[in-house]
Amino acid sequence: MRRIQTLETRDLAKSLKTGGCGECQTSCQSACKTSCGLANQQCENTNR
Amino acid sequence: MEWKENETDMIHQYKLNGFNIVLDVYSGAVHLVDEVAYDVISLYETTPRDEIVAKMLDRYGHLPDVNEQEIRDCLADIDELKRAGKIFSHDLWENVEQEAFAHTKPVLKALCLHVAHTCNLNCEYCFASQGKYHGERALMSFEVGKQALDFLIASSGSRVNLEVDFFGGEPLMNWQVVKDLVAYARTQEPIHHKNFRFTLTTNGVLLDDEVTDFCNKEMHNVVLSLDGRKEVHDRLRRDFAGHGSYDRIVPKFQRFVERRGDRSYYMRGTFTHDNVDFTEDIFHMADLGFTELSMEPVVSPPGEPWALTQEDLPKLFDQYEILAKEMLKREKEGRPFTFYHYMLDLEGGPCLHKRMSGCGSGTEYLAVTPWGELFPCHQFVNDPDYSMGNIWDGVTNPALGEKFHRCNVVANPDCRDCWARLYCAGGCAANAYHASGDINGTYEYGCQLFKKRIECAIMMKAAQSGQSV
Repeated sequence: MRRIQTLETRDLAKSLKTGGCGECQTSCQSACKTSCGLANQQCENTNR
Repeated sequence: MEWKENETDMIHQYKLNGFNIVLDVYSGAVHLVDEVAYDVISLYETTPRDEIVAKMLDRYGHLPDVNEQEIRDCLADIDELKRAGKIFSHDLWENVEQEAFAHTKPVLKALCLHVAHTCNLNCEYCFASQGKYHGERALMSFEVGKQALDFLIASSGSRVNLEVDFFGGEPLMNWQVVKDLVAYARTQEPIHHKNFRFTLTTNGVLLDDEVTDFCNKEMHNVVLSLDGRKEVHDRLRRDFAGHGSYDRIVPKFQRFVERRGDRSYYMRGTFTHDNVDFTEDIFHMADLGFTELSMEPVVSPPGEPWALTQEDLPKLFDQYEILAKEMLKREKEGRPFTFYHYMLDLEGGPCLHKRMSGCGSGTEYLAVTPWGELFPCHQFVNDPDYSMGNIWDGVTNPALGEKFHRCNVVANPDCRDCWARLYCAGGCAANAYHASGDINGTYEYGCQLFKKRIECAIMMKAAQSGQSV
């Protein structure tokens, strides 16, 4: 596509079926402690 | 900045640092586009095609590579992306609301252990009122800590990874108990098939080589509190005699980080109304040799002298842009550093379940006081309205647990129209509570800062991708 480049991203629709294992880090345990940001959390589901 | 949102087919468009970015909210897809495609996308869902072509020819027809066929090709590309579910994708969660929340029961997987409700610093802005959390000074006993770990193991179901944050106050003021609890937890891991990940948050005053060596062996992550420049740090982070702590802690932090190797740590600062130019503090930390950096807006009631104001907001937006551009510049120069809120993992980030359920406070995550009382998180500790139970009897206030379970991005009507909702999962319940009086409310100021950070983080991904149109 000449005018549109798409970055590689996780397919969130698919993750609805394969996700939800809950093994990932709790957001607040990392560095912020005073806000909620989870886009930087690593997925730890090996079957995704 | 231009952007367009639609209730069911939501995209977010913005321009930053020379990039035209289109975010497809539901799929998470990120597109880099040229000016023509940017405008075509903004009209795509609302304007007849012939009219789009006419408008684009009127606006861009003077350019050598823009003609009717080019614009129709661009429309065809958008058609293809739409068929692939990567633009104007549909709301995924109407059914999820029922499936993912109504029929699931979260299990506990993380504790914030308040091993010390006391502190050796007297920071004026401390949300925990100098470590006491508006209560009595206290240290957690080993017996209470051990029971907390047993409670976590027993409550965690089949989850393998369990997180425990040694928090305060200042946890190094109860260091022997921290070490004993880590040792106890390690004995329990093989018995219960669990993997403990420990984190320590410290102001650094008591940091020494013995603490460092233990942390490097046992702590998954260490959070070190530093606000940046000496004059900024010492303005609020002083001891009880009124002396600033910068000179005492910075050499300790530098030695700690030098010995930390490639293990995780964060230098975590707080910025206030007094240093809205907080990027100077981040750059100062980087210049001291620290590379893993976090800087948070102060949590404070309005009216305090250090509280952030509406007038600060545009300055803070500028600061986040300055930060992103400087990080890209330093990366090119071979001296990169990490900023916690710009660590966006587009390919391996969280699943939709996580993006909807958020931090898990009050459900997957609880705070434990030195006396073993449970609260939804550290920011609710000692608020009697938010006492959830204790580590011996468990959660004895299930209605409160259910309230937190239901407090998420799906339930909050203010989040329903927000393009950033799958990046913040509805935000921090404590911030919402303190701003609006209700955990289901909205901390609008925090939302605005968060959205700016995500725009910058995505722009950095665009720059780092090397792709261009």
